[in-house]
Amino acid sequence: MTEYTTVFGSLDDYAKGGVQIVDDDPKYYAFSNIFEVASQAAPYEKVAVGKNLEYVLEVIRAEGTSEWRATPHDEFALVMDGTVRIELVDPATELVDAGSGGSMTLEDRPEGAAMGAVTAQRGHMTMLPAGKAYRMHCDGVGVVLLQTIEGPDTVYRWADICQTF
Amino acid sequence: MTITEQAPNALGYSQFSVGGFTFSRDEYFVTVEWPTGNHQIAVDHWLRCVQRDVAWGFFYGIVNFDSVIGTMNHYGTVDMFAGRFNEAYRRAEVDYNETFGHEELLDCFKAMLSDWTNEGYDPFAAPLETGTAFGPSSGNNDDAVTRRRVVADRMVGVPGDEPLRSDESGFPVNRAFSDVEQAEPVIEAAPGYEGDVCSFNLFAYLSRSDVTWNPSVVSACKESLYCPTTEEFTLPVIHGNDRVEWFVQLSDEIQWDVEDRDTGAKRARVIMKAGDVAAMPADIRHTGYSPKRAMLLVWENGSPRIPEMIAKGEAPVHPVDF
Repeated sequence: MTEYTTVFGSLDDYAKGGVQIVDDDPKYYAFSNIFEVASQAAPYEKVAVGKNLEYVLEVIRAEGTSEWRATPHDEFALVMDGTVRIELVDPATELVDAGSGGSMTLEDRPEGAAMGAVTAQRGHMTMLPAGKAYRMHCDGVGVVLLQTIEGPDTVYRWADICQTF
Repeated sequence: MTITEQAPNALGYSQFSVGGFTFSRDEYFVTVEWPTGNHQIAVDHWLRCVQRDVAWGFFYGIVNFDSVIGTMNHYGTVDMFAGRFNEAYRRAEVDYNETFGHEELLDCFKAMLSDWTNEGYDPFAAPLETGTAFGPSSGNNDDAVTRRRVVADRMVGVPGDEPLRSDESGFPVNRAFSDVEQAEPVIEAAPGYEGDVCSFNLFAYLSRSDVTWNPSVVSACKESLYCPTTEEFTLPVIHGNDRVEWFVQLSDEIQWDVEDRDTGAKRARVIMKAGDVAAMPADIRHTGYSPKRAMLLVWENGSPRIPEMIAKGEAPVHPVDF
């Protein structure tokens, strides 16, 4: 019976593919690599690697402890590398307009009940529920792919991260 | 418009007609006839294509079965066409297009799938994991061809939402993913927050997928849908986009052939390795090749505004401008 090896990427070990152009512009494919983007990002910077109207995919370099953030809608954090602990708080008062998009930075831990925490490793997807607050922590360096909506802290640097020729 | 099902032929297969199209099969091939022409496709390929078209509700945009036959979704109605996106057929004026109600064509395809899929053959499975589609009629595989598509409301594993997969629920780890870590995240939920503090092992979940090339929704951020899927062998259809679609390669490698949506002229090849992210523009068609079973995250925008934007020419053709 054939033995297979599943290849996942990591900050320390990834191989990048690419667009081989026949008759097109590589920029139309917005081709990037999550680990390469994270390797060049500041801790907890939210760098968009995908955008579809108002929706974005953000790469987050998890390193140390993040600020507290409040989200008006469900977000989903998929750990692509490392071990990331996510703490959740149920704010005593509404912190974000439910109609807004993307999460917003909080100055400190909000008043409210501790909901619990998740310790997630590669491949684990965690829901960051609407109306709640969260922060992340990673002892080393991790990578998170966040399914969310563009917000004031979404960073766009397509020309730096995407294949252009 | 009515669907007609003719009495079985000598091999035991029924013939189906809808509008001006007639579909029949023999031991190896499906023959499609329309008022200005006819065409043949190997039956295993045909069943894999029809299976996806049914499971996806005709998907977004165009589902080409090959360079001649396919469907185009108008989100309420659907076109069945022959040669519409083939320059030679158009030039020769033998192309043909007919519009059906969504359910009408779907019912025809469902009846065809049930009648033409033999016992032991699963159109969703990788070729190494299923029996043969060929030969005379022999039973059916209705359990396989009527699988329910996973569509999470918030996220797989959230109480009341789509369940996790396990050996006990009939989803063993696939042979190609036997090395995928199965441990679930550590969840510490305070009393009363068990329904809010939720996390699951997506890679383990995907390692237990029993289908190929069949995106299903595992999380929804409003209209932003994570539709991961496991891929092995080839994407049977050539998907013609009507909106920008994004891929995130979660594991292994898939190679994509990208062509002009309307002419089929080659535009690019996209090689995706684990961690790569790429968009498919809205004016292309693509098909994929996966030599080893791979995990692919298809990221879709399911906004009901988009069909209207497409109709008005307002939907972006390219993912981002920079």
